[in-house]
Amino acid sequence: MALTTPESLTPASTAVRETTAATRSTSPRRSRYARPSAGSQHKRKSVLLTAVMVVFLIYSLLPLFWLFVGSTKTQASLLNSFGLWFSGDFALFDNIAQTLTYDGGVFVRWLGNTLLYVVIGAGGATFLAALGGYGLAKFNFPGKKAVFAVVLGAVAIPGTALAVPTFLMFSQLGLTNTPWAVILPSLISPFGLYLIWTYALDSVPTEVLEAARMDGAGEIRTFFTISLRLLAPGLVTVLLFSIVGTWNNYFLPLIMLSEPTWYPLTVGLNQWNQQAQTVGGDVIYNLVITGSLITIIPIVVAFLFLQRYWQSGLAAGSVKA
Amino acid sequence: MTTLSHHPAAGSATRTQRRQKRDWTGWQFVGPFMVVFAVVLIAPVIYSVYLSLYKDQLVGGNSFVGFANYAHALSDPKLWESLGRVTLFLAVQVPIMLALALFAALAIDSARLHLSPLFRIAIFLPYAVPAVVATLMWGFMYGTQFGLVGNLNDFFGITIPSPLSGTWVLASIGNIVTWEFVGYNMILFYAALRVIPADLYEAAELDGAGTFRIIRSIKFPALRPAMVIGAIFSIIGSFQLFNEPSILRSLAPNAISTFFSPNMYAYNLSFSGQQYNYSATIAIIVGLLTASIAYIVQITGTRKEV
Amino acid sequence: MKSTHRTARRVGRTVAAMVTGLCLVGSLAACAPGSAGGAKTGTADDIAAALQEKSTITVWSWGTPVQAAADAFQEEYPNVTVKVVNAGTGSAEYTKLQNAIKAGSGAPDVAQIEYYALPQFALSDSLADLNDFGFAELEDEFTASTWGNVSIDGGLYALPQDSGPMAMFYNKAVFDEYSIAVPTTWAEYTAAAATIHAADPSRYISSDSGDAGFATSMIWQAGGHPYTTENGTDVTIDLQDAGAKEWTEMWNPMVQDGLVSPIVGWTDEWYKALGDGTISTLLTGAWMPANFESGITESAGDWRVAPLPTYEAGEAASAENGGSSVAVLEQSTNKLVAAGFVEYLNAGPGVQLQIDGGSFPSTVADLESEGFLGYESEYFGGQKINEVLVQAAKDVVPGWSYLPFQVYSNSIFADTVGQSYENKTDLNTGLQGWQDETAAYGVEQGFTVNSK
Repeated sequence: MALTTPESLTPASTAVRETTAATRSTSPRRSRYARPSAGSQHKRKSVLLTAVMVVFLIYSLLPLFWLFVGSTKTQASLLNSFGLWFSGDFALFDNIAQTLTYDGGVFVRWLGNTLLYVVIGAGGATFLAALGGYGLAKFNFPGKKAVFAVVLGAVAIPGTALAVPTFLMFSQLGLTNTPWAVILPSLISPFGLYLIWTYALDSVPTEVLEAARMDGAGEIRTFFTISLRLLAPGLVTVLLFSIVGTWNNYFLPLIMLSEPTWYPLTVGLNQWNQQAQTVGGDVIYNLVITGSLITIIPIVVAFLFLQRYWQSGLAAGSVKA
Repeated sequence: MTTLSHHPAAGSATRTQRRQKRDWTGWQFVGPFMVVFAVVLIAPVIYSVYLSLYKDQLVGGNSFVGFANYAHALSDPKLWESLGRVTLFLAVQVPIMLALALFAALAIDSARLHLSPLFRIAIFLPYAVPAVVATLMWGFMYGTQFGLVGNLNDFFGITIPSPLSGTWVLASIGNIVTWEFVGYNMILFYAALRVIPADLYEAAELDGAGTFRIIRSIKFPALRPAMVIGAIFSIIGSFQLFNEPSILRSLAPNAISTFFSPNMYAYNLSFSGQQYNYSATIAIIVGLLTASIAYIVQITGTRKEV
Repeated sequence: MKSTHRTARRVGRTVAAMVTGLCLVGSLAACAPGSAGGAKTGTADDIAAALQEKSTITVWSWGTPVQAAADAFQEEYPNVTVKVVNAGTGSAEYTKLQNAIKAGSGAPDVAQIEYYALPQFALSDSLADLNDFGFAELEDEFTASTWGNVSIDGGLYALPQDSGPMAMFYNKAVFDEYSIAVPTTWAEYTAAAATIHAADPSRYISSDSGDAGFATSMIWQAGGHPYTTENGTDVTIDLQDAGAKEWTEMWNPMVQDGLVSPIVGWTDEWYKALGDGTISTLLTGAWMPANFESGITESAGDWRVAPLPTYEAGEAASAENGGSSVAVLEQSTNKLVAAGFVEYLNAGPGVQLQIDGGSFPSTVADLESEGFLGYESEYFGGQKINEVLVQAAKDVVPGWSYLPFQVYSNSIFADTVGQSYENKTDLNTGLQGWQDETAAYGVEQGFTVNSK
């Protein structure tokens, strides 16, 4: 995970740590769902507070609105109209069609690549973190402390600076310019490991495991049949934040891949943006903007629809008692 | 992440495990993670250390130089300038972002807000936007000729200084980073507030405590761990500042130097300058520095709790 | 943690073991063979024979016209597969190329490299010497300036692909509006700049926020020779020679008085500014018309081309700005086919296909051809633009050369000269800083640097 941006690492860990810290520091006896809000319900709504928060909301949504408005404009009207309002022909659908078909439909290919990286990368990261975190929580084994020390110590090294050594090594292994060069590093989520570790400490009772052992079930089998289900809320949170990390990954694929066939959306879009500097190249800012919009939609939709899951994942500590 | 060893869980974990048999079974689970980890993280780190002891020249080839690269780095004004810049960024942007996030979390949790779920989701949304797209968007809007800033200038007949000028560019980057991560931190704090047991509030209200008293005596203590975590990751994020300035650089090449942040410096040394060895040295120094600062914050932030 | 010491010791042991393992990796990298086979030399017959055999080559190029040439090439040689890959524009591609070279594998067979970057790759023995394939005899087909750019230290490291003799593109509508005659000298040009900006403070004659390629080309036009390299590693840098001084003397007031817009080139703002008359001239290479047609549609028909203004009235002088060559990589395992493709692309039928795609050639025969010279550009109001541009190619001041580490040097231009632009201070101070940092880098890399 060293090569992804640090920001992409933070969510899971923070979420987890948050959850567990909250669990321990308080003794929640009620589900958060039972408690409508922090204070008490009878409080009067404040118009002033709402107004202040509206300003906040505008700040958060304005760039996204700009992006949407921009994607409804042609290349020409993009350059000569006010950025925050619609102007000229409503070219959104034209732009989308062009984005999807430009240069032999390479955008669709990038979309597919991104999905591939997300499914294998984020899925794999969650799986490895689940195995590892569970192992750390539930077993004592030689070298365990070294595992902690090494994993946690490596996180503070700036990822971008490891790019060259990683590139040279991957190159020796023949991995550069293949999907593996992107997928392998995203398989590691130290914070996911940490999240599952703390989560497993509480949510998988040792008694259950001992009972399974008495019944003669193997450790691996127990993990898949019993523990994994108990870990589910933690897994969903790790998965969701790994998905964001992988979806937004830019730097790693940028250096590892030289051929656009394997680009994810982020790198492809930036290449389109640079195309304006190309001799005889098309200037396609309208497609860059429309492509950006298409890029963020799936992830925004995922967040909206999975809201219930990740919010419960974040608060999971309070639900289980 | 030295921070983790201080987690209260560490003690109890050890106790639980002591009862279990000591064998290698755990490696079945930790093994796969560690194998991949060794390949993609440990090996490059060690390789960096190896590289940092050598010097490879376009003319003259590779030679062992011991700690000469480290000596050079410690007296390199560009490294210090970039460290100074991210420290300033850290000192200004991080508190503002965390304060805004805290305010939003308290507001949404206060029950005094109309439509609070809408605010919660809307403020969180930017987190889902890739840094590349976020920077492209803000970059377009920062334009003084045709961007939003230009529009505002025309409309009000004023002259807002260019957000991409040398004086303001750090603040403009701070704005992008704040926009991206304020919602994430807000959710973090909000989750911490949600697990405060209702009976605490009830008790406080019986005692006649007002809103601000409740915030100070109940909410702030409950938020402390979340705030420490938010701060630590913001510190790491600041020291590793890279995506935003490097993408914005095509719009403001003079204001954003090749050594704007330590990470950009390391990147440009190796990729533009082929100084792989010196770049690795910078990476190691910055990594050690980041780890130490995060560690100090963690210690001071949690001392009173334990 | 209680057991810090034990942990530390264990970590230490693990690290030690891994270091041992990694030094192996490291030395492997160091020992990686430079080229993995394939004939290193060959005659025209060898190349012709190789082209009949089944093979695949990869070509890195960001110029769109190359694909058309590759398609035609594959039709003519059906056994050869040519994969054209856009690995990034300019320095983005060089970064990847350098990484692949450093790693010892992963480089393409053929790569597009701008003239300014070529010496850097030639020096590190990363490129095949095309003299080995008898390409020296192609010299007469190319313009002297582009041929000079690919001939480095007795080797021939690429064939010129296109060229960028500088000219002045101007917005006739704006010039007419203020009754400005087309400037032929820099004195007239700066006067026009003042007129335009005085008439409408939101308008500028041009934009320049500091661009290494532009600065070096302007010094080139002014007769400067800031870079000389002897024996491959003895480098002299003098960014304060007469040519450089002449340029800064003329350009300093333009920057300091705010007569050129600080809009950064190639951004969307810049395209907008060229479209709506905010910027009324562009001093750049002859490859620009294609970009005008695709990116600056709003003011189509308003633009014209004129020779680059000069310091003395009646004098004709231009310089190359941008322009690319195409090289065969030393890593290529199929150099005969790669060389065959490069010849086809830049000295064969590929040239016309690239011209059709909007590229400005570097081959004498095409520059002189009636069809090319007589082309009336609709975008430029029916002007025969190539007459002006081809003349510019002939007027390029001879004798220029770039540094063997120009890619790096250009990458720090904004850190040094860019600060003069940002603060509107003397460009000479910036150039001096640029020279110092560039020289320091050269020394660091083992060159013998004479920094004047």
